[in-house]
Amino acid sequence: MNLNLDFGFFNWALVQSFILKGLIFSFQLTIVAMIGGIALGTILALMRLSGKQWLVMPAAAYVNTLRSIPLVMVILWFFLLIPAAFYQALPGGIGTKYRSEIAALITFTVFEAAYYSEIMRAGIQSVSKGQVYAGYAVGMTYAQCMKLIVLPQAFRNMLPVLLTQTIILFQDTSLVYAIGAYDLLKGFEVAGKNFNRPVETYLVAAVLYFIICFSLSMLVRQLQKKIAIIR
Amino acid sequence: MGDWSFFLRDTGGGETYLHWMMTAWGWTLAVAALALIVALLVGSIMGILRTTPSKALVAMGNAWTEIFRNVPLLVQIFLWYHVIPSIFTSLRAVPSFVLVVFAIGFFTSARISEQVRAGIQSLPRGQRYAGLAMGLTLPQTYRYVLLPMAYRIIIPPLTSESMNIIKNTSVAFAVSIAELTMFAMQAQEETSRGVEVYLAVTLAYFVSAFAINRIAHFVEGRVQVPGMIGGK
Repeated sequence: MNLNLDFGFFNWALVQSFILKGLIFSFQLTIVAMIGGIALGTILALMRLSGKQWLVMPAAAYVNTLRSIPLVMVILWFFLLIPAAFYQALPGGIGTKYRSEIAALITFTVFEAAYYSEIMRAGIQSVSKGQVYAGYAVGMTYAQCMKLIVLPQAFRNMLPVLLTQTIILFQDTSLVYAIGAYDLLKGFEVAGKNFNRPVETYLVAAVLYFIICFSLSMLVRQLQKKIAIIR
Repeated sequence: MGDWSFFLRDTGGGETYLHWMMTAWGWTLAVAALALIVALLVGSIMGILRTTPSKALVAMGNAWTEIFRNVPLLVQIFLWYHVIPSIFTSLRAVPSFVLVVFAIGFFTSARISEQVRAGIQSLPRGQRYAGLAMGLTLPQTYRYVLLPMAYRIIIPPLTSESMNIIKNTSVAFAVSIAELTMFAMQAQEETSRGVEVYLAVTLAYFVSAFAINRIAHFVEGRVQVPGMIGGK
């Protein structure tokens, strides 16, 4: 056993120059993919429950395909397929400077939508049919029924599950390693290489990820108790 | 529909790309299968500990589950690959394949421990008490009363976990295990036929996951509990 660890090189300057940038991107990626993924996922869920074959089939194909491919492969696919012209068209030259990061934002939104859509589908199905009939009976349209009656309840019922999925999403952001985007893990890796202390930086990275994910999951558990509807 | 002829071309190492991909597929399946065994063993033990009357054992099972669930798999793989061999110097000779099997196995064990615990807790408490009242010891109660039911109840979530493990092996590319994703990245670079390479690899993942799904379906049919929902 060789416990010759030295964390002395860890100081605020290191955090500021290597870690913070990555942490911010990991959070950005999580939040963009969460909001985009839930929005797109809700649309997909509504398509799947619409009962119209031309809407059900493409939505089901989308969800099932993405859910059976490893995320790393999806990241590689998008990195390969998004044309160079797209990055060049982005304003201010950010497309060339942050190519991997932008590819990651698009990939995660598209990918997470498949998972969020399954959660939203379960959420919508958990609302009893009688409520929809009641909505129709008072003269609401399908869209009004969904917007005013079904979706608010589906969101509320599924909020803990949506947030748990978001914690998994945050953990998965580390996989942008495959295309070299600068996320939290990359920040620790670069710092480790610069100070020639990879063992210590990976350890700190693991502890930091644990603290973030564990405290978030504790919060979700609290929330779950608070919003549970007593039936 | 693309140019697939490169699959029959030599990689420069005395084998074709097709041959290389099949070897890579073999590595993916080997990592997945061995990691699943580790995950089932460790996950079952931890899940069972969390349902025992002993507070210390419950705490141990909980701690295990939380630790391995709340650190990203890639970070865990780096810990196994970079950190553990440099702290426990005797482990330096262990091949990285074995380290990755343990990394993915322990990561998945946290999820399996959750499912095993849920499976045991879904049984009526009376079953445990009945077992104990009959004079069975606690281990016997688990062995003959609780576990035979619990495992059969949790086959569906275990199936999706087995399919997840195939997908999760792709993260092993980061420590240069010659599995499918590693093949995809390298062959894409060498041949510049990214779409064809990725399509082939994606299809291989599909086929693997589908095969597991069918096997699990077969097992599920064989061990069904008569009289339960979904049973005969």
